[in-house]
Amino acid sequence: MLEILLDATVRAGTPILFATLGAIINERAGIINLGIEGLMLIGALAGFSGTYLSGSLLVGVLAAFCATFIAGSIHAVITVQLRGNQIVSGLALTMFGVGITALFGKGMVGLTIVGFKRVAIPGLSQLPIIGKAFFNQDMLIYFSFLLVFLLWVFFYRTRWGLGVRSVGENPAAADTCGLSVSKYRFFAVTIGSGLVGIGGAYLSLASTPMWIENMSAGRGWIAVALVIFAGWSSPRAMLGAYLFGGITAMQLRFQAMGTTVSAHILQMLPYFFTILVLVISTLRLKKGASQQPEGLGLPYDREDRK
Amino acid sequence: MKLVIERREISSPFLRFSAPIASIGVALFVAGFLLLASGVSPLAAYKEIIIESLGSLYGLSETLVKTTPLIFAGLGVSLAFRMQIWNIGAEGQIYMGAMGATWVALFSGLQNHWLMMVAMFFAAFLCGGLWAGVAGFLRARWQVNEVIVTLLMNYIAILWVDYLIYGPWKDPKGFNFPLTAQFSDTARFAEYFNTRMHSGFFLALFCALILYLFIEKTVWGYEIKVIGSNQKAAQYAGMNTGMAIFFVLFLSGAIAGIAGFSEVAGLQHRLQHGLSPGYGYTAIIIAWLAKRSAIGVVIVSFLLGVLLVGGDSLQLLWQLPVAFVYAFQGLILFFLLASDFFIIYRVKLIKGVARA
Repeated sequence: MLEILLDATVRAGTPILFATLGAIINERAGIINLGIEGLMLIGALAGFSGTYLSGSLLVGVLAAFCATFIAGSIHAVITVQLRGNQIVSGLALTMFGVGITALFGKGMVGLTIVGFKRVAIPGLSQLPIIGKAFFNQDMLIYFSFLLVFLLWVFFYRTRWGLGVRSVGENPAAADTCGLSVSKYRFFAVTIGSGLVGIGGAYLSLASTPMWIENMSAGRGWIAVALVIFAGWSSPRAMLGAYLFGGITAMQLRFQAMGTTVSAHILQMLPYFFTILVLVISTLRLKKGASQQPEGLGLPYDREDRK
Repeated sequence: MKLVIERREISSPFLRFSAPIASIGVALFVAGFLLLASGVSPLAAYKEIIIESLGSLYGLSETLVKTTPLIFAGLGVSLAFRMQIWNIGAEGQIYMGAMGATWVALFSGLQNHWLMMVAMFFAAFLCGGLWAGVAGFLRARWQVNEVIVTLLMNYIAILWVDYLIYGPWKDPKGFNFPLTAQFSDTARFAEYFNTRMHSGFFLALFCALILYLFIEKTVWGYEIKVIGSNQKAAQYAGMNTGMAIFFVLFLSGAIAGIAGFSEVAGLQHRLQHGLSPGYGYTAIIIAWLAKRSAIGVVIVSFLLGVLLVGGDSLQLLWQLPVAFVYAFQGLILFFLLASDFFIIYRVKLIKGVARA
């Protein structure tokens, strides 16, 4: 029972994990991206179409990355090069994503593909309780484990990672040191968006191997809130994503067991808990433990430098 | 040759006026390619939009029907914008407002038409306001990000209304459809010219006028503007910014809630799923395009009403998904943001090598 629940937790948490990691890269460079929901949808559709047309799951994942990289570059150009309002641009990206996937996804509704298969890791998958949940999963889930680690190394052990963090904390200082603020920010937004797209592709290639209009159903927004919970760090993002995966898994379990509580009420739980977690993590931030990038949400113009 | 970007000393009024119109034009142009890609001739589609929404008295009335909720929601969102507060939850507030009005209409037992209308109005006002007030309280008390809270509460509000119409409020004579019973005539707005146009439209115009007077002619409106432009200065001047944040989000949600009242009393005469096809999200564009002016909200709502009516007819004619309108709205916003850049900055091409 616990094993099944834990397995469902990881599977439900993975798309949110990818999206949260992508959003963290955006925000570390100082750009708020509220387009996560739209990007997930674009990733889901591109991933599904890529796999359907080519027959290869890898092509699907790459298609999802590329499509959201391009869509993310719209947000990047507007917020970085043109110094536009980040909140409005992100909302526009979400609307654009919802609309364009509905338009181009029409022909994909009802088609099916063979999704990602589970690959057991010999030895580790035999571990009690956690073995099945963490080491008898599909390749994308293993990739997400690797990504959490790689991102941590990137931010804290590489020169580029330090660059991304510094343009997010204090773009004027980074500029003075000779870092190109616009280049760092542009690639942080686009590559981050690409990761969000892989999270979307997880929905249409692994969770349910088909395309359904608006299939992200608010997960992108949960990811935006989780960035704050995670304190902009990738290992904590993993914790947050699985927490929400757990709530989703339990809610589905309750429904399957046939409780008398209405399904609609149970479906509210993830959103309700996200708000609760957001409040708690905001309170923690205020207690001086703030990891929020100083330059978050502020456009950078050299002329404004003090 | 070198491209140089420099700030304009003064932004020209001509540019400020023409930029939004130009962005809609460019968005139409780009959306044309999306239409082409899905096998629809853009010119035919745009002609269809204009004819369907403005070409006949009936079309015009349908456009005004769509304009009505957009004005309410747009006013609500733009009021919060005034104070640099983001109310992304108008969609949920519309649902909660509709729920409040429906509760009064179905269960209050009032027999007098005017009494019923006033009670429904206040129920919607309170429900929408309190719904947004939660985000307002969290923001004012603990600086919790109101964008995320208002947005997530949309999902909760829609699920809550679903719960009611699938469960306790379901019409017992409704053949098990997820709908409440129809309202009696006491709980309905008057309709005009044998069309679906209803009194909600005039109520919306009246609201716009009141809000304009509130912002421009009262002390509270002045405080809101001051806090919006410089919160620190407002605090030094002795304004209670926390209270103002809560109050503005409450009022913003309350106005959006009236949209729900107007929809159930004027148009749908019952609570049902899909009560608002995203009016609350469209309201964000309206508020941004209108640049915070109440009169601007009315004009822009009408323009987007045209687009929504046109979008419906495209769906009927070419089976385009309704959500296509969202893609178009996203494009308008993108180009609007891009145009802001050219209002503030000037891009110059300098010949020869510039030496720094």
